[in-house]
Amino acid sequence: MTSDTRAGWRPVTEAVGSVRAMKAVFLRDLKAAFRQRQDLLNPLLFFIMVVTLFPLGVSPEVSFLQQAGSGILWVAALLSVLLSLDHLFRHDYDDGTLEQLVLQPQPLFLLVLAKVAAHWVLTGLPLVLLAPVLGIMVHLDGNSIGVLCLTLLIGTPVLSLIGAIGAALTLGLRSAGVLLSLLIIPLYIPVLIFGTGTVAAAGDGAPVGGYVALMGAFLVLAVTLAPFASAAALRISLSNA
Amino acid sequence: MGAELNVHNAGVTPRCSRSGALMSEPLLQAVNLQCERDDRMLFRDLSFSILPGTLTRVEGPNGSGKTTLLRILAGLNDAWSGDLLWFGQPRSYQREEFVRNMLYIGHRPGIKPLLTPMENLRALMAGRKTVSDDLLGQALAGTGLAGFEDVPCRRLSAGQQRRVALARLLIADEPLWILDEVFTAIDIDGVAALETLLVQRARDGGAIVVTTHHDLQLPSMQRITLGAGDDF
Repeated sequence: MTSDTRAGWRPVTEAVGSVRAMKAVFLRDLKAAFRQRQDLLNPLLFFIMVVTLFPLGVSPEVSFLQQAGSGILWVAALLSVLLSLDHLFRHDYDDGTLEQLVLQPQPLFLLVLAKVAAHWVLTGLPLVLLAPVLGIMVHLDGNSIGVLCLTLLIGTPVLSLIGAIGAALTLGLRSAGVLLSLLIIPLYIPVLIFGTGTVAAAGDGAPVGGYVALMGAFLVLAVTLAPFASAAALRISLSNA
Repeated sequence: MGAELNVHNAGVTPRCSRSGALMSEPLLQAVNLQCERDDRMLFRDLSFSILPGTLTRVEGPNGSGKTTLLRILAGLNDAWSGDLLWFGQPRSYQREEFVRNMLYIGHRPGIKPLLTPMENLRALMAGRKTVSDDLLGQALAGTGLAGFEDVPCRRLSAGQQRRVALARLLIADEPLWILDEVFTAIDIDGVAALETLLVQRARDGGAIVVTTHHDLQLPSMQRITLGAGDDF
């Protein structure tokens, strides 16, 4: 204690590396999420319910489901990610951890990237893992299911990354839901079009390499740019708090 | 480039070569600060220096902008004009250097209700300093949380949750502390211990800025009074 306080006015020289700080943020988010598992189930249940209700509500015909199946799964996955977005920063904002995050010496966009990664592991990844089961349910063939999972695997991180920008921007608002959707859905549309397009091409037996490469490009673009935008948006939201 | 070089000069070298001079060099200097919020002027032409080894209390009635001023000083609020100098250089050029040397505890202390005090403290320290779990445990025990290390914070009382955040003060290296309403929800013994800690810290050369409605029994204090001007 004395040795610590003696150093009262001395500048801190220790610099904790960004990777270690990112790991700490990532693990803390996972840990907090697993303490409240029912919140994790919500997007998954939504995903399952939408996909199971479609055959009941529209048509259980095999030909219809094969045609529409990949689209249904993609739309359901997109909406379920959208539903989970508001939680991304909200809890941290309310309990003050977000202020502490902004005041860490490491670049904020890296810490935001770690948070988004945790968000994807908790919401996007389970959707990808669940997709094959639901794919069988809507009579997709093996090849299409494989491609569908691949597109979801590339596409859902893009959804989380883009969504983080909207979530950060609407943080200071009391009812952010509608505005968040309005801001984010237009940006989700290209991902949706190419995601379902890839699966449709696979169903027709066409090569999908080009589609997948384009989705990969989306992902690269989102990983490199979205964290900067989210970080800037977080600063603005906190500044107005 | 030039600013970066100066940071190093101010930050590391002088304490060996001219530490006496540094003791009187302000850590943080505000020049003609002005802040307007919701069309109301909270303060203007506010100038002061935060020197090492001093305790500064920001005073004023509710809504006079105490928290806003502290958030501006901490770098959380950008809606201000004027100059803020960190070791004589504009702070905006040296953000990383500044946040590494500043500890801020706000109204919302950054404690996750789902995590235990130990996990919370570990996460809060993770980006700043390598701390062993032993030391974290000692800090929690030092704030009277021994035995509560592994209880989720939402089961703790408001005062105990504040104490988790305050445990950081026991292991903090940062020369500048900015503490908003730090005595809220803390019991009498806790307040006394915290006062002792702050006095000791200032005596050892740390600089502390606080807002509080609690009547502080501290010997020497710089006071910044807000809301006493034209508005009231």
